Amino acid sequence: MAEDFKEDVLEKNIIKTSALTKIYKVGEVEVPALREVDLNINEGEFVAIMGASGSGKSTLMNLLGCLDKPTSGDYFLDEYNTSKLTPNEYAAIRNQKIGFVFQGFNLLPRTTALENVELPLMYDRTHRIKNPIEKAIQSLERVGLGDRMHHVPNQLSGGQMQRVAIARALVNEPSIILADEPTGNLDSRTSVEVFSVFQELNEEGITIILVTHERDFAMFAKRIVELKDGRIIKDAMIKNRLNAKEELKKIKEEIETQEHGVN
Amino acid sequence: MHVKNILKVAFKSILKSRMRSLLTALGIIIGVAAVVVMVAIGDGAQQQVENQIASLGSNLIVITPGISMSGGVSRGMGSFNRFTFDDVQKIKDEAIYINGVSPLVRSGGQIIGGVGNWFTQVQGVSADYLNIRSWKLASGEFFTERDVMARQKVCLLGSEVAKNLFPNDDPIGQQVRIRNVPFKIIGVLKEKGQTSVGTSNDDIILAPSRTVHERLSGGRFISSIQVSALTPAQIPRAKEELRRIMREAHKLGQGEEDDFTIQDQADLAEAATETSKILTILLGSVAGVSLIVGGIGIMNIMLVSVTERTREIGIRLSIGARASDILIQFLTEAVVLSLTGGILGVLLSFGVAYLLNNYTSQAANIKPQIIFLAFGFAGAIGIFFGFYPARKASQLNPIDALRYE
Repeated sequence: MAEDFKEDVLEKNIIKTSALTKIYKVGEVEVPALREVDLNINEGEFVAIMGASGSGKSTLMNLLGCLDKPTSGDYFLDEYNTSKLTPNEYAAIRNQKIGFVFQGFNLLPRTTALENVELPLMYDRTHRIKNPIEKAIQSLERVGLGDRMHHVPNQLSGGQMQRVAIARALVNEPSIILADEPTGNLDSRTSVEVFSVFQELNEEGITIILVTHERDFAMFAKRIVELKDGRIIKDAMIKNRLNAKEELKKIKEEIETQEHGVN
Repeated sequence: MHVKNILKVAFKSILKSRMRSLLTALGIIIGVAAVVVMVAIGDGAQQQVENQIASLGSNLIVITPGISMSGGVSRGMGSFNRFTFDDVQKIKDEAIYINGVSPLVRSGGQIIGGVGNWFTQVQGVSADYLNIRSWKLASGEFFTERDVMARQKVCLLGSEVAKNLFPNDDPIGQQVRIRNVPFKIIGVLKEKGQTSVGTSNDDIILAPSRTVHERLSGGRFISSIQVSALTPAQIPRAKEELRRIMREAHKLGQGEEDDFTIQDQADLAEAATETSKILTILLGSVAGVSLIVGGIGIMNIMLVSVTERTREIGIRLSIGARASDILIQFLTEAVVLSLTGGILGVLLSFGVAYLLNNYTSQAANIKPQIIFLAFGFAGAIGIFFGFYPARKASQLNPIDALRYE
């Protein structure tokens, strides 16, 4: 009994969708992008959503991120039924419950890393966080960019830019972090570095939803949800999960042996 | 977002493309400067008119033929010219609140004498005229009432005429021929400067009224009667008295309207001020149009800016900005742009007014109200023309905005 209770607390549903459907209208033709998807995600999970292009994974991502509204079905985020919210409440949900990490980084140009990270706090009308600048600095330090705070995006490498974006996603202490192809623009070593940041954050208890089409990167998650034609065709825990730190070590060793080989 | 942050972002994006912002603001700068300068010129002109009328001699009362504007069927100003020398004589005999009366008989033409010839106006007046207008003599003397009655062919030259016909020698005692009638010059008037309507009071010849009437104007009627009241305070009583005398002289019965108009300097000033007020409004409106054109420039550039920054808008929306946050952001930018233009425009107008006042004869008088008005107008234009682009920005769909390349 006691154990069951404990399980209950640990496995708190943070995302619950029921019959979530999205239909796009292209002229007269109706194109269903998502068909009655039921998906539950618990707090502390690291879920990779996979699928070919056109499978509906981006649509699902947009709906989970409250960037778009479903045609039908319900989506509960924390205790909110998002289909009943006004546009302003929608904005507040995006601001407080969700942290986005995009493929193209989407940082404001000519704006320092610190100011970029601070941005979500400026739109927070609840002012939960008392000292925005300090919080933004903490957030940057957490992704290992404490020494790059005053650099503008074009002075940063791709990996660094994505880490700034992660810091920005973290700064408002969201319920979930949504990462849409976060390493799509990065080389494989930098990608692994970024995933090591994600894994670290997940170990600290942050729920992460990753959208990717690369199985190699999906293996860093704990659970894979695979979509096809707008439906979930596979939902399984990952057995032989990869550890990004170890992978990074391997890559370094490989480089070293190559260099030794040259010498 | 805090006001501080909104302003910070607004200034940042304005300063990001300095040249473009400057050119956009230039529309407002020119518009505001044009409004302020045009209205200042109008006000300056009005003040000049007022000053000149005040300098005419405040006791002056002018009776012109034609009915006054009050009610009834108008026969048109000056349409029924009935002033005679008897009217003037009757005023001279009966009025007690006046210290001078003179008919004004207008004529003009080519004047020959001295070093050449000159075209000017000739005014036939009485011996009182100099005092009525409070003009001064530079040399010589004025004619007497006896000269008038005797139709003496004597005249006085305005300073401008004297300068042109007798640049080197003293004109007094010499002869000029006015439309082939020889007149003896007995005096020269002191320089007085321009009148409110731009003609010169110095480009003039004065001669006895009856002489001008019979020899030059061909027996036409007197165009006006000029009277001076004893003191400025006596003007209302003098006007009353003149009206009674004129009605008697013209044998107007009860119920018949006056066939003349009596005006003092206050009336004239009012009419002149009215004219320059209309001028001010007209100039200001034309300049206002340029301000509106400047506003359209702002709208144009804000629309470009919204398109360019679609991705930024998407980012802001995705991290929790409300549509209203985006609206206010872009509206603030438009207003900052137009108000900055407003400030620079006011500064520019001060510069132009300084140049006008110091290097031209055109007076420009910048009133504080017009600065606030132009400034407020610039701000209003920022809001009005900034609203559409800002609204367009705020209604972007976050997904499309994020994907925008």
